[in-house]
Amino acid sequence: MAVPTIVRERTPQIIVLAVILVLNAIISPGFFSIEIQNERLYGSLIDVLNRGAPVTLLAIGMTLVIATKGIDLSVGAVMAIVGAVAASLITSGYSLPATLAGALFVGLACGLWNGALVALLDIQPIIATLILMVAGRGIAQLITEGVILTFNDKPELIFVGSGSFLSLPMPVIIWIVVAILAILVVRRSALGLLIEAIGVNRRASTLSGVNSRVILLAVYAVSGLCAATAGVIAAADIKGADANNAGLWLEMDAILAVVIGGTSLLGGRFSLVGSLMGAMIIQSLNTGILLAGFPPEFNLIIKAAIILIILIVQSPASQAAMANVRANRQAVAIKSESREHAAR
Amino acid sequence: MANAQPLLSVRGVSKAFLGVSALENVDFTLKAGEVHALLGENGAGKSTLIKIITGAYRRDEGEVLLDGTPIYPRDVVDAQKLGIGTVYQEVNLLTNLTVAENLFLGRQPKRFGLTDVREMNRRSRAILDTYGLSIDVTAPLANFSVAIQQVVAIARAVDISGKVLVLDEPTASLDAHEVEMLFAVVRQLRERGMGIIFISHFLDQVYEIADTITVLRNGRLIDTVPVAGLDRLKLVSMMLGRQLEADFKRTIDPNTAKAEPLVSLRGLGKRGNIDPLDLDIRQGEVVGIAGLLGSGRTETAQLVFGIERADSGTISVAGTPVNMSSPRRAISQGFAFCPEDRKTDGIVGDLSVRENIIFALQAQRGWMRPLSRSEQEALADRYIAALDIRTSDREKPIKFLSGGNQQKVLLARWLATNPRFLILDEPTRGIDVGAHAEIIRLIVDLCERGMALLVISSELGELVGYSSRIIVLRDRKMVSELTGDEISTEHIMKAIASHGATGEAA
Repeated sequence: MAVPTIVRERTPQIIVLAVILVLNAIISPGFFSIEIQNERLYGSLIDVLNRGAPVTLLAIGMTLVIATKGIDLSVGAVMAIVGAVAASLITSGYSLPATLAGALFVGLACGLWNGALVALLDIQPIIATLILMVAGRGIAQLITEGVILTFNDKPELIFVGSGSFLSLPMPVIIWIVVAILAILVVRRSALGLLIEAIGVNRRASTLSGVNSRVILLAVYAVSGLCAATAGVIAAADIKGADANNAGLWLEMDAILAVVIGGTSLLGGRFSLVGSLMGAMIIQSLNTGILLAGFPPEFNLIIKAAIILIILIVQSPASQAAMANVRANRQAVAIKSESREHAAR
Repeated sequence: MANAQPLLSVRGVSKAFLGVSALENVDFTLKAGEVHALLGENGAGKSTLIKIITGAYRRDEGEVLLDGTPIYPRDVVDAQKLGIGTVYQEVNLLTNLTVAENLFLGRQPKRFGLTDVREMNRRSRAILDTYGLSIDVTAPLANFSVAIQQVVAIARAVDISGKVLVLDEPTASLDAHEVEMLFAVVRQLRERGMGIIFISHFLDQVYEIADTITVLRNGRLIDTVPVAGLDRLKLVSMMLGRQLEADFKRTIDPNTAKAEPLVSLRGLGKRGNIDPLDLDIRQGEVVGIAGLLGSGRTETAQLVFGIERADSGTISVAGTPVNMSSPRRAISQGFAFCPEDRKTDGIVGDLSVRENIIFALQAQRGWMRPLSRSEQEALADRYIAALDIRTSDREKPIKFLSGGNQQKVLLARWLATNPRFLILDEPTRGIDVGAHAEIIRLIVDLCERGMALLVISSELGELVGYSSRIIVLRDRKMVSELTGDEISTEHIMKAIASHGATGEAA
């Protein structure tokens, strides 16, 4: 019963994703082929899932934040901070568990900082998170002391970025696990309802006894944790922490993934599954553009153009127009029918 | 012969929103050199009438004549050009611009295509001089008090329009001295021959400044009368309606009055909101709060429910003092509160009827202990049936329900938490007659089952019907507590109308 509802609600995203995947297959005939080498799956599709991990993770946290009528611009910078922390911990000789714990803790702290500004001081989310967005890369540079901190000799951390488990790349395993956890916690508890209610009407929610501040703190903390996970994956992938480029502009991709996934920036009803599909749509685009072999300078323009088309199709104005066309067609059909009747 | 013809004349104007009539066949006549007060409670149609005159709304029927010529203002700017200017309670000027820029915004004197600042400042000084105001016109407006900002707003409106000036609650945030200053300006404009429409909830001020009063109620014209010689009690009864004593009057068990109070307020107050008051509410009792708008009714409820923090006094529940620091704290004591403004404070519009019904109970249980879907549906169905909530589907977003049904959903939301003390702020405002009667029946029913209720209402007839006791507020003060046989609309109106001059100390 649950599956059909999800399919019905996410039809536009499914169609868009399918169209882009088919286009990719036209551009690059071997797109759908998957093979096993060294007990690990390889192929463009797997690559989409793998490369999409950071944006997917960011989109999970971003969805919850946006559902409360907020936004988190700092996630890209938090990725850089956490990458730097992870690299400096592992190179200082800490074990992998200690490194991961430290990295996640720093991400959590970043999220709580944002949450405190929004929930306790009532600063507008876009401004509150802009602070860390700007300051974050500076903090990351302070941690790496201005260099790209590499850890080529630390296979245990590199494994997180490029290892595999159950023949799937680790990043794929991680984002799928985080996504399932998030969906279960949000939908099996009352958290989803309370988050949506705060996004629709925070005052009414508070007056009904919802602890709005704690919930706001929590969603920004989750967003920080998701960014931290993405940051560790990104660093492990390049075997080093690049304070300047790690997670650069990914907050924009994450916001886009949420919007393409059907969650409104006005807050309220949200869909984690939609956001995951949004992230996959963006990654399929990226991969497709690479496969097509366009000169790199065209990549961003093509991506922007395709996203513009998606958003125009989804926009309320064109939805209304399509509904109109449908209604008119029905009206015309009814009229011509009745005319035929009259003619007889 | 201009005097023979009224300055502004509204004839038979009607206006409906989505089929609900807001104004029905209203006449209103403003003479030049007259201050004309427009009075009525919330929903009486004052603001609809003003918006029709100032071009914010289009009328459905009737005509508006300015100097004898019919006018059809397309929007507020159009009305300003015709000669009708408005100043609102919240000064709608730009406080970060200078006084002169505010006076001339959108019509700055130009020189070589650029604003001629010197000319603008010179003209601004000249304009304000006529009001006896010599301030630095190059300073930002924010540097001045709200009263001076009001005068600047008036000066701008008069300079642009110059025939009719609408003052919409201009004194709401002014102190007594500032009100005097504003009234001096108003008198001066009256002498210049302008027609001034004055809206205020402060009857003392109306008596001080107005020449004529028009009272609206439920979208209808009640009467237009000269202020001189108008009896206050008569005015209040015109505003509130001479409701017949309600059909029913709940018989009150004398034993409840002797029981220990469930909730007791001692010296509870907050500066600028409500003066300290004492009040006891027992189980099985409905305590009514009566008073005009702005008398401190809602403010009292907000203090009790922890929405605003009191700066004096205590609240005790069943004998134990409680620090009412937040609605959550109040709810944990078994309190519940249906607010006056359903849209902003009550409903969560995009969520379904079901989610809105279980909402407070779920918030109380916390996010870790969710109500299962079947529990939610059972609760929702129970209350949809019990309160006769008219909805096609329990999954319909609540924003699509009518006002009365939204109100019932909010009641259901609180009843689901099984409260022992329920506060209702205007529970029957803006809802249809059928739902109205059902909500009153529910209040009586809950009370008889032992709940304690505090009900704020402008509908005196219904308040008299169900209340065990009624307290009357006026000018943010409790002025009277009516019990037993004293409970009647007449006594309430007397208490509201009683003159403010007696025993004014604080």
